[in-house]
Amino acid sequence: MIEIKGVVKNYDGVTNVVDNLNLTINDGEIVVLIGESGCGKTTTMKMINRLIEPTSGAIEIDGKDIKQFEKIELRRNIGYVIQQIGLFPHLTIGQNIALIPKLVKKDAKETLARVKELMEMIDLSYDDYAERYPGELSGGQQQRIGVARALANDPDVILMDEPFSALDPITREQLQNELLKLQDELHKTIVFVTHDIDEAFKIGDKVALMKDGAIIQYDTPEGMLKNPLNDFVENFIGQDRLWKTPDMLKASDVMEKNVVTIGANRSIVNAIGIMRDRQTKVLVVVKNTPEPKTEILGLVGSNRLRGVENGDLKMKDIMKTDFRSTHKDDCLATVLTMRKENNLRYTPVLDDNGSLIGIITDISVLNVITDVMPVSEDY
Amino acid sequence: MDFSFSKFIDYIVNNWQYVLEKSADHMSMSLTAVAFSCLIGIPLGVIITRNKKVSDVILGIANVIQTVPSLALFAFMISIFGIGRTNAIFALFLYALLPIIKNTYIGIKNVEPAITQAATGMGMTKFQILYKVEMPLSVAVIMGGIRIATVTGIGVATIATLIGAGGLGDVIYQGIGMANLQMILTGAIASAVLALFADFVLGKVEKKLTSKGLTTN
Repeated sequence: MIEIKGVVKNYDGVTNVVDNLNLTINDGEIVVLIGESGCGKTTTMKMINRLIEPTSGAIEIDGKDIKQFEKIELRRNIGYVIQQIGLFPHLTIGQNIALIPKLVKKDAKETLARVKELMEMIDLSYDDYAERYPGELSGGQQQRIGVARALANDPDVILMDEPFSALDPITREQLQNELLKLQDELHKTIVFVTHDIDEAFKIGDKVALMKDGAIIQYDTPEGMLKNPLNDFVENFIGQDRLWKTPDMLKASDVMEKNVVTIGANRSIVNAIGIMRDRQTKVLVVVKNTPEPKTEILGLVGSNRLRGVENGDLKMKDIMKTDFRSTHKDDCLATVLTMRKENNLRYTPVLDDNGSLIGIITDISVLNVITDVMPVSEDY
Repeated sequence: MDFSFSKFIDYIVNNWQYVLEKSADHMSMSLTAVAFSCLIGIPLGVIITRNKKVSDVILGIANVIQTVPSLALFAFMISIFGIGRTNAIFALFLYALLPIIKNTYIGIKNVEPAITQAATGMGMTKFQILYKVEMPLSVAVIMGGIRIATVTGIGVATIATLIGAGGLGDVIYQGIGMANLQMILTGAIASAVLALFADFVLGKVEKKLTSKGLTTN
């Protein structure tokens, strides 16, 4: 765990480049520092491996102040990947990766095995590439090597300073995906600096949005998207952001929370009354079980009540039983597809316990869309 | 002064041992000077990359030395240290310093900052960065300085004869004194050949020292 406690960095005695910053980074998480240039994100990162010393405040790794470590020792145990890649052009790929293990005098055989393992991990065959020089490789391949080199000494913490910004969009996306894949296996603690919000939301377990040397909001991507703290955050992430990443919209974001239930043995007259009172066109028929679990038996829409002449019929007789429900964390796209394929107008939403917590209707889907429509009085 | 090609050949055939001896003398004198220049100049060039003020002073001094005409420098040497081979080598040493210091300085300064930044961030010490990264990357530029210093040194060394240091300058100045064009030409050509040869060998050394990774793109 990395804890940044009240860190201030000041070069000229006037402006704090980093201003009383507090941040806790949990083990195995990717935390993205994002903000416009000059917001202090890179400075903050460089203080973690002491390329920059804070003016005041402390940074602790696993509870130990990093000032207690020898600088060189500290850096050898923190991987470092930079935007310009910074491979050593006079050394082969193999030598580049093996550099730090050799400097710390690791066993030669062990080092060789490590280099092979890392190259395999980044999908560059050892036999084909180990003897080649960085200049012979594409930018994407070079940065893969950059990542492998950072992993060579098996550090727990890796700092990545806009590692993919200089790459073309296709390669960038590939490397982002590969990083996530690697992280699934390795569970490193990664501090990732970027100015690209798409990248931040894609890569980050948590995102720290910075401005003027301070963190404005520190949250999961979903948390930040759904509850931006203020206008600055909202503008930075873009108001239509949710629609650019629709996979972040969950069933629970779309559902109508005011779901109206009715007992299985209630009559049609009851149903019509409830519908009128609660202004709804659908009732969820539930078994009368004690809360909190609500077991759904069927759905009754207003069409089902129309033209029914037998007043003795109960809900259980006329309800639609071949409905489909969905889990609250199912993504919107999945829900919409399911609705379309099965020709469903109403989809009850269940929580982890299988309890009814809401219902998705045509209206609720439309409401979400109108929420993000620009408000304009010109039309 | 008259000149004929056959007389020239005759001179060489009859005096080749003398010319060879003087050439060896000449070569050892210039190379010793350049070797000392490297010994002092390369570390100096490295040191001044770390400090702007010191670099201005050192490069300034080296520039001044370089602007002194070689003949004047040798005359100056006599007035201070007297005559002899050692003094000639000292003068040649001073002369060779500038290109070596300057090229070392430029070579290391031109290493991409991103590369040294990566090296620092990875946990390499300053010394490791110097000899594992900066020096290998600037070897071509540093060798360039050494080659310039050597070629100029071999040329300038012909004047060393004026302070009694020997070398091919002896042959040339004797030729001038005796109005013997064959001798003058022999001395001049021999020193030119030495310079070309030294440059060729140093070129090979440079190629050997330069990583393949720096030439393949």
